[in-house]
Amino acid sequence: MTGSEANADTGADTGTGTGAAAGRGGTALRVEDLAVVGHPSEVEIISGVSLTLERGHILGLVGESGSGKTTLGLSLLAHCKRATEVSQGSIEVSGTALTGLGENEVRALRGRAVAYIPQSPASALNPALRLRTQLTEALHEWDEQERGPRADRVREVLREVALPDDDAFLGRYPHQLSGGQQQRVAIAMAFAGYPDVIVMDEPTTGLDVTTQAHVLQTIRSMTRDYGTAGVYISHDMAVVADLADDIAVMYKGEVVERGAASQVLAEPEHPYTRRLLRAVPLLRTEGHPEPEAPAEGPVLEVSGLQAGYGGTTVLRDIDLQVQRGECVALLGESGSGKTTLSRSVAGLHTQFSGGLVFDGEALAHSSYKRTAEQRRRVQYIFQNPYEALNPRKRVRDLILAPYRHLAGKPKDPDAVVARALERAALPASYAARYPEQLSGGERQRVSIARAISTGPDLLICDEITSALDVSVQAEIVELLRNLQDEGMALLFVTHNIALVSNIAQKVAVLNKGEIVEYGHVGEVMARPRHEYTRALIADTPDFELSLPPSDADLQAPEAAGQ
Amino acid sequence: MSTAATASGAAPAAPAAPVRRPGLLRTAWRFHRTKIGVLLAGAVLLVAVAGPFVSPFSPTEGAGMPNSASAAGTLFGTDDVGRDVFSRFLHGGYTLVTIAVASALAGVTAGAVLGIVAGYLRNWADELIMRTNDMLLAFPQLVLALLLLSILGPKVWLIVTIIAVSHANRVARVTREATLKVVEQDFVKSAEAIGVPRWRIMATEILPNITSPLLVELGLRITYSVGTIATLSFLGMGLQPPQADWGLMINEGRTAITIQPWAVVLPVTAVAVLTIGANLITDGLSRASIGIDRGVEK
Repeated sequence: MTGSEANADTGADTGTGTGAAAGRGGTALRVEDLAVVGHPSEVEIISGVSLTLERGHILGLVGESGSGKTTLGLSLLAHCKRATEVSQGSIEVSGTALTGLGENEVRALRGRAVAYIPQSPASALNPALRLRTQLTEALHEWDEQERGPRADRVREVLREVALPDDDAFLGRYPHQLSGGQQQRVAIAMAFAGYPDVIVMDEPTTGLDVTTQAHVLQTIRSMTRDYGTAGVYISHDMAVVADLADDIAVMYKGEVVERGAASQVLAEPEHPYTRRLLRAVPLLRTEGHPEPEAPAEGPVLEVSGLQAGYGGTTVLRDIDLQVQRGECVALLGESGSGKTTLSRSVAGLHTQFSGGLVFDGEALAHSSYKRTAEQRRRVQYIFQNPYEALNPRKRVRDLILAPYRHLAGKPKDPDAVVARALERAALPASYAARYPEQLSGGERQRVSIARAISTGPDLLICDEITSALDVSVQAEIVELLRNLQDEGMALLFVTHNIALVSNIAQKVAVLNKGEIVEYGHVGEVMARPRHEYTRALIADTPDFELSLPPSDADLQAPEAAGQ
Repeated sequence: MSTAATASGAAPAAPAAPVRRPGLLRTAWRFHRTKIGVLLAGAVLLVAVAGPFVSPFSPTEGAGMPNSASAAGTLFGTDDVGRDVFSRFLHGGYTLVTIAVASALAGVTAGAVLGIVAGYLRNWADELIMRTNDMLLAFPQLVLALLLLSILGPKVWLIVTIIAVSHANRVARVTREATLKVVEQDFVKSAEAIGVPRWRIMATEILPNITSPLLVELGLRITYSVGTIATLSFLGMGLQPPQADWGLMINEGRTAITIQPWAVVLPVTAVAVLTIGANLITDGLSRASIGIDRGVEK
């Protein structure tokens, strides 16, 4: 390791405890009473934030979206978004104050003192530059005389993140890498200059669990080997519990709780922390009710379905049944074909063959060729609530337009809207709002209200919670469960196995376009037969929840994979 | 980024506070450039509309010696045949502005329809519309106009049509791009999933979401129309003498520009001020629509 010469005092610090090792490492980051305001409204986006972080430690910064965690993360890089500025407080990285520095001084510090790993590696890497160029750019303050050629350092850091270091790989463009590889390149770029502090903004959000497990492993070992202090921003409590030494919980721009990870997880003091912890879906591998024999024929029956785009087949031999009042989960990683399957059922993807029978009648491929009654009875809810609602329409019109189209002109439109909103657990006053006045969770509720206003029998939910925070996700899941109790059948598409174990009765595990495992959820979770399912369960980050669950539906946690 | 400034992640039970972000026009009005633009363009429009009612002379009657910069009783002298320059200036804007607005409206409407249809359907109709468009774009606009006007004669409806068609091509391209972005969003698919007719999806889901670029286009196209009409008049293919028209006035006055500059300066200034004003408004609108300088709001 040539790195240990440069950071001699920290290179050897691979300690994991909080005591002696931390004392040797020293403080890498000190934030005191930091506030960031936005113009022109002078809103305090974050206020009164104080943090300290030792070398080699990772601080998990958790909170829902809008709580200011990204703003805080960026201010650690002495960067403020447009129309925002640090109004008070100080940030010190290894003794150097970041606040009040000029642009050139800040630029010199970035990469050397503080580095950043962004949320989406695909948009953070320049698609027009080869990896060699991008990685070398990260070493802009590198002194070749003292520390050896840059090229050597690039290869070394690539090896450290478990990527190839040959010329062929260095000559590649970002689009030639997988998502996980791209994120590891971003990690390599961040670590290349031996930074004192590294800020990671939800770096695994876009990755599937297996890749996420690898990336987290890389981050953990890199911070410890380098003695770098890591700030890990996330709303995923399970990941943070897995990775962080300390946890700081942000709520409405303030750090409401901070302490050692074990302590915050075991004895959360602030009510918000408790709420956040309870909201995390835990992987249940037992305690599922015994499957009941179906009383009547299935609502939806898929048999021997094949689907594809152009000449490529992405789904093969899909057999699936959904009973009335039942929730069937389609579990799979990105690219497994689960969205294609759900869109085929909804009539949005037409290039498929095989049987698709809804309540005894065959469904046409395109939604336009289906009867109005069929379109009314099968409703689809989209993944991204920020895109699924027309921003130029009020909630009232968003709900009424499909209703008018499918069920005819209502006698009392206001009652229809009020009833739909009520079922989606939203106040009736929301009818006058525009989507932009709603939070992500509220938008998703409006999507649900729109879908259920016409009284469908089958609701297809395509990753409807993946764009939402865990606390909001728990509320949405609760809502779906109530709908299901009213007799609605759900086809629940997701990549989150913990969620599946909490909501579904049956699960179909999709891998590379085929169903590799299909059965009752208790059966699959307790005794996964296929290797792929076992790997999914093992890679899912999980943590012991020691506070007593407040709701009856939250079961005791299982320590799988740890 | 996870910190959407507007969505503060409030709990669903939070008290309703529907503060709608100000619309495009109001946001645009906050920029100084928009205010200046409205002032400039408004002044020229006022001259064009109210001018004929306050002009001291008829635009076609003689008021003194030709090409006199200081004929008695006139404000800005007389033109090459002795008519009052100021009266002609006051009369000459109305047709120009009417033709400009009419052709811009027609062109933007046609272009928007073509662009939305091409961008949404994405099938043979897209190919047909866009390739025809490319062919028309490849043909120089002014040459085409001169050709048609010399064959059919300089008629007002023909001028409007020619300018509108040449606008439509360009607007269609912009609209199609804007449509493509909207079509990718799930609310369009949501309407498709319940079988809403395609035309209604285009009218109620897509169109309201591309009004910002269309408004910007409209402002821009009015400017271009003014330029084209003035050019055509100058080339003798637009409005015909003895009608009063700014483009025509520039042509008539240019030979005597050294001894009677007003006959050229007045219409040139008016066209320039209108163009600059419209561009400032357009610029304000486009800044508002893409959210420059929006800042952080509660």
